[in-house]
Amino acid sequence: MVEHATAPTEERIWQLLEEVSDPEVPVLSILDLGIVRGVELRGDEVHVTITPTYSGCPAMNTIATDIRLRLLAEGITKLHIHNQLSPAWTTAWMSEAGKQKLEAYGIAPPQDATGHVFNLFGQEPVLRCPHCKSTNTRLVSQFGSTACKAHYQCNDCLEPFDYFKCH
Amino acid sequence: MQDSHTIVVPDVTPELRQQLFEYVLQLADTSLILAHRLSEWCGHGPILEQDLAMANISLDLLGEARSYYQYAAELEGRGRTEDDLAYLRNAVEYRNVLLAEQPNGDFAHTIVRQFIYDAFHYHLLLHLQTGPDKQLAAIAEKSVKEAAYHVKWSAEWIIRLGDGTEESRHRVEAAINALWRYSGELTTPSATEQVLQAAGFLPDYAAIQQQIDQHVERVFVEATLPVPQGVFMQKGGKIGRHSEHLGYLLAELQYLQRTYPGLQW
Repeated sequence: MVEHATAPTEERIWQLLEEVSDPEVPVLSILDLGIVRGVELRGDEVHVTITPTYSGCPAMNTIATDIRLRLLAEGITKLHIHNQLSPAWTTAWMSEAGKQKLEAYGIAPPQDATGHVFNLFGQEPVLRCPHCKSTNTRLVSQFGSTACKAHYQCNDCLEPFDYFKCH
Repeated sequence: MQDSHTIVVPDVTPELRQQLFEYVLQLADTSLILAHRLSEWCGHGPILEQDLAMANISLDLLGEARSYYQYAAELEGRGRTEDDLAYLRNAVEYRNVLLAEQPNGDFAHTIVRQFIYDAFHYHLLLHLQTGPDKQLAAIAEKSVKEAAYHVKWSAEWIIRLGDGTEESRHRVEAAINALWRYSGELTTPSATEQVLQAAGFLPDYAAIQQQIDQHVERVFVEATLPVPQGVFMQKGGKIGRHSEHLGYLLAELQYLQRTYPGLQW
């Protein structure tokens, strides 16, 4: 009966992080989101580096706590979480699996195109309604229910939906 | 074990470090005060979507302010935290530009205040993200993406209001008349900014001013609004000379920490 006989491996840490979900979009893991920038073992210390999606994202503290709790459950107590701003997070770091999960969850995933500051009044990418799959949709507001989302409506099924906007 | 923020402090003389601290505080205070003003709209917006937009922009600015305060605390190196800097300084110690503290007024006033700031903010961040100060560059690289959404939002509203109804045009013109006098301070370097410009830490503001002017011109033309000319510019916020509005704002912003010192959630 030996407890914690083996030190955690980097691979194991990544597996555990896959089980930590975004508190505001629980269908996504923090790896799907692309906010974990590095895992490093220094002796018996674990160092995890994360980066915020948006500067004021209130989920970051919760995410750090959730990482701590998940690793603690595996007996990992010597954990350092580093917050890193640069390089700045981008929706390009979101995994393909993550994008599919988003759409299934009812949130349109980010498109590749990034709007220029002079692209005003909805000169935005054509989005597919995550409910009825129609592309006849319109931008209601660039600012939605959380910092990372815009608010759209489908002109066919009339359902409103969130768009995880490009960043 | 505590979570930590990866903060890079440049290797400079103590004097220059002090000036950098003052400047970062100026950025932090401006972001915080404008964020607070926008948050006052929460629950009072003209329609739900715009109420949400202002709360979102407020949150972005608050996040940016926190990054600056954390860096300022590190630069100062006297044990003060981001919370000490935000909650425990008086109005005369605040370094925000006068524009940020101006009251919300009607929706047109809020939009004009926001557009003047957004145009400056966006172009300043574009410069800072390639600047020599690694920490400021990192914060700017993060925030410029958010600022791009802000300036699109406020530009669209300037155009809707200016080229809208007789009433909306009347209101946006009144707001421009009331607020344009606070636009000059943004790109008028204080003594601190002049020192940092001479040391190569900050760009020449003439270049930024030109980009702002082009941006404003383009939006105002579409809004059928004339760009004000020859306006006498107010200043003083950067050296702590504020309007009476800031004291009232801070009384509300700081109430909890002043009444229950050290209170934590």
